[in-house]
Amino acid sequence: MSGNMNLTIKVWRQKDAQARGSFETVKLSNICPDMSFLEMLDVMNEQLMKDGKEAFAFDHDCREGICGMCSLVINGLPHGPDDLITVCQLHMRKFKDGDTIVIEPWRASAFPVLRDCVVDRTAFDRIIQAGGFISINTGNAPPANTLPVPKVNSDHSFDAAACIGCGACVAACKNASAMLFVSAKVSQLSYLPQGKPEAQKRVLAMVEQMDKEGFGNCTNLYECEAVCPKGISVEFIAKMNREYACATALYAEKVYDTSG
Amino acid sequence: MKLEANIPGGPVTEKWERHKFELKQVNPANKRKFTVIVVGTGLAGASAAASLGELGYNVKAFCIQDSPRRAHSIAAQGGINAAHNYPNDGDSVYRLFYDTVKGGDFRAREANVHRLAECSNLIIDHCVAQGVPFGREYGGLLDNRSFGGAQVSRTFYARGQTGQQLLLGAYQAMMRQVSKGSVKMYARREMLDLVLVGGKARGIVVRNLVSGELECHEADAVCIATGGYGNVFYLSTNAKGCNVGAMWRAHKRGALLANPCYTQIHPTCIPVTGDYQSKLTLMSESLRNDGRVWVPRKGGDPRKPSDIPESERYYFLEEKYPSFGNLVPRDVASRNSKMVCDNGLGVGSSKRAVYLDFADAIKRVGESGVSAKYGNLFQMYEKITDENPYKNPMRIYPASHYTMGGLWVDYNLMSTVPGCFVLGEANFSDHGANRLGASALMQGLADGYFVIPYTIGGYFAGTKLEKVDTSQAEFVDAAKSTKAFIDRLLNINGKKTVTEFHRELGHITWDNVGMGRNKAGLEKAISEIVSLREEFWKNVKVPGSNDSFNQTLENAIRVADFLEFGELLARDALYREESCGGHFRDEHQTPEGEAKRDDEKFCHVAAWEWKGDNKSHELNKENLEFENVHLITRSYK
Repeated sequence: MSGNMNLTIKVWRQKDAQARGSFETVKLSNICPDMSFLEMLDVMNEQLMKDGKEAFAFDHDCREGICGMCSLVINGLPHGPDDLITVCQLHMRKFKDGDTIVIEPWRASAFPVLRDCVVDRTAFDRIIQAGGFISINTGNAPPANTLPVPKVNSDHSFDAAACIGCGACVAACKNASAMLFVSAKVSQLSYLPQGKPEAQKRVLAMVEQMDKEGFGNCTNLYECEAVCPKGISVEFIAKMNREYACATALYAEKVYDTSG
Repeated sequence: MKLEANIPGGPVTEKWERHKFELKQVNPANKRKFTVIVVGTGLAGASAAASLGELGYNVKAFCIQDSPRRAHSIAAQGGINAAHNYPNDGDSVYRLFYDTVKGGDFRAREANVHRLAECSNLIIDHCVAQGVPFGREYGGLLDNRSFGGAQVSRTFYARGQTGQQLLLGAYQAMMRQVSKGSVKMYARREMLDLVLVGGKARGIVVRNLVSGELECHEADAVCIATGGYGNVFYLSTNAKGCNVGAMWRAHKRGALLANPCYTQIHPTCIPVTGDYQSKLTLMSESLRNDGRVWVPRKGGDPRKPSDIPESERYYFLEEKYPSFGNLVPRDVASRNSKMVCDNGLGVGSSKRAVYLDFADAIKRVGESGVSAKYGNLFQMYEKITDENPYKNPMRIYPASHYTMGGLWVDYNLMSTVPGCFVLGEANFSDHGANRLGASALMQGLADGYFVIPYTIGGYFAGTKLEKVDTSQAEFVDAAKSTKAFIDRLLNINGKKTVTEFHRELGHITWDNVGMGRNKAGLEKAISEIVSLREEFWKNVKVPGSNDSFNQTLENAIRVADFLEFGELLARDALYREESCGGHFRDEHQTPEGEAKRDDEKFCHVAAWEWKGDNKSHELNKENLEFENVHLITRSYK
C-alpha cells in the first residue's frame, strides 16, 4: 500500500518541566491512510532523527486502546477527532491530504509536563491510594458465588470499571476536573455488595485527595464524557455527588468511622 | 550446573499442601525486617507486591510505565481459567491440571501445573472480593465461557477486558499497601542490572526514565515479573515497551534461561497491512466460541466472502479436528492457518489471512447478542481495518503473542541465583511448549497472590542475609558498568535508527524462528543476527543524552538486549530436534503435518547458562517426569 497524504504537523516541544515550551513544525509526505496516528508519529520521529534532531516524546504502550498511556490533544481534542477511541486507535484516514495537525499535551496543573507531550499523571495513583479499593487481604475471600450480584448492578459496575485512567476527561475540562475519573472508581465499587462497607469512607477520602491534587470542580459541561475513549457516562458523577452528600451528612453524625 | 527443582515428595495432589507446611516461617514481627524488590507491576508483579505488603514485608515496586496500572497484562481480553465447575460439566482441579499438561505438549513440570490448578479457584474468589466485575448470569452468579484446548467451560471473564479488570484489582490492592506504607512505588524506572552480594541477589540498578539518573536499590530478595520477550519478533501483540531486559540482565548474572524457543503465535490477530506497522492487535480467542474459521476452497477466489456458497468454503479446523473444531489449542490453529495460506488459499490483499466468520452466530442470536459478548472487540476491529465485522467476516492471521520460555525457576519460583525469584510470564515453568488460552492470567495471579508469599518466607527463614548498602563495591561497580554501556550506545552516532535495527531483527526471527523452523533457516538466522548485532554496535544512531527523558535511548537499550537474546532463541530452536507445542520443526512432523515429539531425546527442559561475551552458552538439562499425565501424542481430532 503506498502512502498518499502530505501533512504539516505542529508538535509541542518542551525540554522538561521547568523549560518554556513551543511548537515545532514538521512537514511529512507519503503518509498512508491506513496508518495509525502513532505510526505517523513514528515516521515523523524517524525523519527527525535522520535530520539529526531528537525524537518527539509522547507516551504510548499497548497501542490497542486499553493501557491508557497515550495522551495527545489533537487539533484541540483529547484523543483526536474520532469517537470512543484513544490516540493509538486513531487512523490517518480521518485526515485529509494537505491538513495541518496540531499536537499538544494534556494541559492541567495537576498533570505537569515532563517532556514534549509526556505528562505526569501520578495524581491519579494518589487518588486511588486514598481509597479506590476494597480492603481485603489475600486469603480472606469467601467462595466467589457466596454473594449473588444482580446482573444489572454488575453491568453498571463494569461500565464504570471500563475507565482506563488516561486523563482525557481532565484535559477536556475547562476546570481540569477529574470528577469523571474519580466517580467511575467510586461507582464501580459502590455498585457491588463487596464495596458497600467502605463506600462512605471511600468517597470522602477520594474526593478530598482529588481536591488536594489541584483538579477543579465539575460545572456540568460534559466535555469529559464526549472525549472519553471508553464512553464513561457523566451519570456516575451524579451518583458520586449523591454518595458524597450522604456520606458527608453521616460523617457529621459520626455514624461512620473514617479513621484507619 | 546441577539443577535442583526442589519438587516436594508425595502424590502430585498433596505436594503443595505438604510443602506449605514444611516451609520455614518468618514470624510476623520479623517480616518488617525484610525488604523485597518487585520489578514489573503486571498481574504477577502487582499481586506479589500487594500480598507481600499485606504480610508485612517492605516492598519496593518498579515499573517502566507512568503508572503501575498500565502494565501489559491490562490488554488480556478473553478470560481466566478456574476449576470451580460452576457449569456442572465435569471440571475439577485434576482436569484443569490434565488439560494444561496436555495442552503444553508434555513439556511443563507436573508439580507446578497441579499447584496452579489448585490455586485457580482461590484467585476467582479473591478477585470477586476485590470488586472485579466478572460477567454474571441474571441470577447474580458468575458466568463461564469456553476456551481452546478444553471441553469444559471454565473461563471466567469480564466482557473482553478481563486482563484490565484483574490488573486493576491487583493495582488497587497494591495502592492500598502504598497508602499503608508497606509498598513504595517507583514508576518510570527500568531495571538495567541485578546486583549480587556474596552470590545472592541483593538489589538492582535502575534508570530513572525521567531524569536519566542511575539508581541503586538494595533488598533481601528480588522478584522479576517483567513479562515475556515476544517483541523479539518486532511485530507482536505485546505493548511497545515490553522487553527482555530485566530477564536478560539477570541471565547474565547467573540466572539460567529455559526453553526460549517455546513461543506462542496467536491464531487470531489482525493481519499486517504495511511496512510502517508498529504492532499487531489481537482478537480474543473467545471469538472462536462463535466465529468459524474458513478460506475459499479455490485459491485467489475473487468473490466477496458472502457470495461464496457453503460447499466452496473450507472450514479447515472443523474438518480436520471434528471434536475440538474451531477451539483447538492456539499452536494447532496458528499452524493450520499458516498452512492454508502457504498453499495459496489465503485471503485479503496480502493473501496472508483467513476468515473468522460470525454470520452463523448472528443468525442464531442476532447482532445484539454477538455485540453483548464481543462488542469491544468488534469495535476495535472496525477502527483498525475500517470494515464492519457484523457485515463481513473478520480477516485474521497469527502473530507473536506470548512466550512460554523464560528464566528457569525451581518449585519455589527461585532462579539459579539465590534470592532472585521470577514470576508470571517471565518464568518458564507452567505452560510447557504451548499455553492454553485464559491460563496466563491464572498463572500470573497464582504466582503473585498464592505462591510467592509462602516460598519467599521459606527462603528468608532458611538463609543468612548480611546487611548490605548501596555504597558497597558490588552496587558501585554495577552502576559503573551500566553507565559505560549507555555511554557506548550514545557515542556510536551512526546512520541507522534503533527501529530500523529492531525491524530487521523482527524479519529474521519471524521468517526463520516463527511458526515453521528448520535447520538451514535457524543457522541462517543465527549468522544474520550476529552480523546485525555487530552492525548495531557500529552504526546505530541514538540522539539526545543520558541525563534527560530520552525514549530513543530506552528503546536502544532494549533492542541491544533483543539482539543478544534473539541468537539464543534461535540456538535453542536449533538444539531442540523435535516439534512440540509452539515449537515446530519442519523436519519433525507426522504425515498429517502435526507436531512430532521425541520423548526419548527431548523430554527435558533446556536451561542455558551465560558464559560471558563471545562465549557459547552452556546447556543444562532438567529431566521432566510424567507420573500422572501419561505421555501420549496430543490429538484434538
